[in-house]
Amino acid sequence: MTGAGRLIRLILRRDRVLMPLWVVLLGLIPAGYVTSFESLFPTAADRLEYATVSGSNAGFVGLYGLIDGSSLGEIVAWRSGFLPIMVALFAALTIIRHTRADEESGRTELVAAGAVGRHAQLAAALITTGVASLALGAILTAAMLGQGLPAEGSVLFGLELALSGCAFAAVGAIAAQLTASARSARTIAVVALGAAYALRVAGDVSALGDGAVSWLSWLSPIGWATHIFPWGTNNWWPVLLSALFTVLAAGLSAVLLTRRDFGGGLLPARLGPATSHMGTPLALAWRLHRGLLIGWTIGFALLGLIFGGVGGSVVSLIEDNQNLGDIFARLGGASSLVDNYFAGTAGIVGLIASCYAVQAALRLRDEEQSGHAEPILATAVSRYAWAGSHLLFSLLGPAVALLAEGVVAGLTYTEGDLGAIVTSTLVQLPAVWVLAAVAVLLFGLLPRLSAAAWGAPALCLLILLVGQTLQLDQWLLDISPFTHIPHLPGGTVAATPLIMLLAVAAVLTTLGLTALRHRNIPD
Amino acid sequence: MTDAIDVTGLVKRFGQVAALDGLDLHVRTGEVHGFLGPNGAGKTTTIRVLLGLMRHDGGSARLLGDDPWASATELHKRLAYVPGDVTLWPNLTGGEVIDLLGRLRGGLDPKRRAELLERFELDPRKKGRTYSKGNRQKVALVAALASDVELLILDEPTSGLDPLMEEVFSEVILEEKRRGDRTVLLSSHILAEVEKLCDRLTIIRDGRTVETGTLTDLRHLTRTTIQADLAGPPDGLASLAGVHDFQIDNGRVRFDVDTDALSPALQTLVKVGVTSLVSQPPSLEELFLRQYSRPES
Repeated sequence: MTGAGRLIRLILRRDRVLMPLWVVLLGLIPAGYVTSFESLFPTAADRLEYATVSGSNAGFVGLYGLIDGSSLGEIVAWRSGFLPIMVALFAALTIIRHTRADEESGRTELVAAGAVGRHAQLAAALITTGVASLALGAILTAAMLGQGLPAEGSVLFGLELALSGCAFAAVGAIAAQLTASARSARTIAVVALGAAYALRVAGDVSALGDGAVSWLSWLSPIGWATHIFPWGTNNWWPVLLSALFTVLAAGLSAVLLTRRDFGGGLLPARLGPATSHMGTPLALAWRLHRGLLIGWTIGFALLGLIFGGVGGSVVSLIEDNQNLGDIFARLGGASSLVDNYFAGTAGIVGLIASCYAVQAALRLRDEEQSGHAEPILATAVSRYAWAGSHLLFSLLGPAVALLAEGVVAGLTYTEGDLGAIVTSTLVQLPAVWVLAAVAVLLFGLLPRLSAAAWGAPALCLLILLVGQTLQLDQWLLDISPFTHIPHLPGGTVAATPLIMLLAVAAVLTTLGLTALRHRNIPD
Repeated sequence: MTDAIDVTGLVKRFGQVAALDGLDLHVRTGEVHGFLGPNGAGKTTTIRVLLGLMRHDGGSARLLGDDPWASATELHKRLAYVPGDVTLWPNLTGGEVIDLLGRLRGGLDPKRRAELLERFELDPRKKGRTYSKGNRQKVALVAALASDVELLILDEPTSGLDPLMEEVFSEVILEEKRRGDRTVLLSSHILAEVEKLCDRLTIIRDGRTVETGTLTDLRHLTRTTIQADLAGPPDGLASLAGVHDFQIDNGRVRFDVDTDALSPALQTLVKVGVTSLVSQPPSLEELFLRQYSRPES
């Protein structure tokens, strides 16, 4: 453990921006819920109705967990049911960043050669992340007390998030011992978190029905956290269970550390094929993009499951609540409530798909900066062929993802028209492509500013969120390509805006590729 | 026969900075040409211009008789390139990268590939992220050497290899040389390697060519060190044109002499009477040190 103190300072120095950001931000989100639920459901009767409707809907229970009672605190804690997963994710990634990622990059070797104990790095990472999680919990407790909620519930709610962080910091520490690559360690940690979440969903949804497999929730640290029920049952023993799990898992990671070589993992590095049939830039692009494509498509299918599954309840909620109805009217603008809901979600899904499009287009810049592009372009591959193969995934990848979301949402919401829902998501594509084209233009013309392409979806999100509320001028709203997408289902389709968007995307892409042909590589 | 690489007065600017400032490089078809210069002299920039990755701002550049910028894709079928800093995709194996690069270039010889893998002792089944710098370089070298191309452009290809592998590399290049139809442009810092492999070489500095020619040509530019025990005082030797750093201690003299002034200096010594003589030929190191560290004229 010698030197752990100095290493903790090193971690704090390196994470001085990122760590306070997630600690404070995630710690303060529930405070926002308190305010908005107070105004949305001012009376106990409103809250009871909301809790009854939400608590009996499998989609909501899957998303946030079981709801215990209908007091303000209980509703806030229930609605924050996704936060333990977020905190757990940040904690696990932080641990891996400061252990295996450093070891893989060779930085640990510099440190380990100094007067530093074998366990110092792991201990420093665990202590820092554990304290950060506890700080997050303290901020949350303070914020809840500040909102005038009862003390015991506030403390338990703080511990719920803090211990989710601690538990998965320890899971991350185990993952970091297993493989030699930080990427695989991250995958193992995220899969473990996904499994914990899936167990919780299966157990809770079962509890809603016949309860046959409701015990599944108790196999999951995420399940323990959401069964604390702050301000309701106020369970203390899941807190003890989580704490015990954290200590045991952290201890296991320390034991595993002594069982492996420096730089190595416990799982043997797998060998790959000695030969390959790849022989075109497109084949290479498929290899580089397929993980992203599969990941996004699964994510979008889950989104479809949630949006489709929640559909029915949302409509009954909106019918009873004028404020929510107004929100969806703003998002949609079409006549019927169901149509409004699906038109609204299609816009959101389209915006998320444009993030995928930008990410895939910027892979070109990654390839250039990492030096991967140079040997490829020194072969008989033209710049157009190279960029075009990546671009294909930037344009068609979001189409596949949107199709998956539409189909799953349409199938899950059985009372709806599948075709109409699928059309509503696919009609977002011209706007998605405009944002991909912006990324291509920047990459070709101003490669060093490529990352600014992320500003485009951010701007569109801002316009979507505050545009109509602030009653901005129409020309400002028109900046976002999503403003020009017809509101489907329910709205009318005009061909002209769609054709215009496609033309804009084509012109920007052509300009970007032409500029790419005439610039230095690497720039 | 036309030159494989014909570069005259090449200029390349990055903003205000001129990375190349009137560089000349002439590589004859079939020769192994050493390309030397201190870090930041412009070797990699020159190679990137030759590969059509960068466009030059002045002068002329011809590669295999064609314009490297306009005909980049066509020319690349006839050459293979090993970058100075090889980065591999972390999730692709070495074998996959070799096959991919070979195919993109127009195919590679599977027998030659297997032979090179064995000689370089490279396991092609490992993932890119697990290779060391030297092994990444071997991946790029095998991909380049197994391709049937006219021109090899190698940017410091041995900087990560161990001495044993450097030896293998030298053998392979010498075999290529004996074939006689392949041209090699070899940028390097390892003088013994250049001495062993290269027919001619070009030394650049601050984006300009400072010397070019065969090793023998270049040796003329440097000095021989003489140490001798003399029978009497060496009258007039110290002031002889071409004699430098003259020292005398108890009948023993030590001085450096330009190659042109070697005969008159030795005649002077003989006249005085020599009891012992040590002559050190100019080493390549000295040549480079002088060229690299020469102040800007």
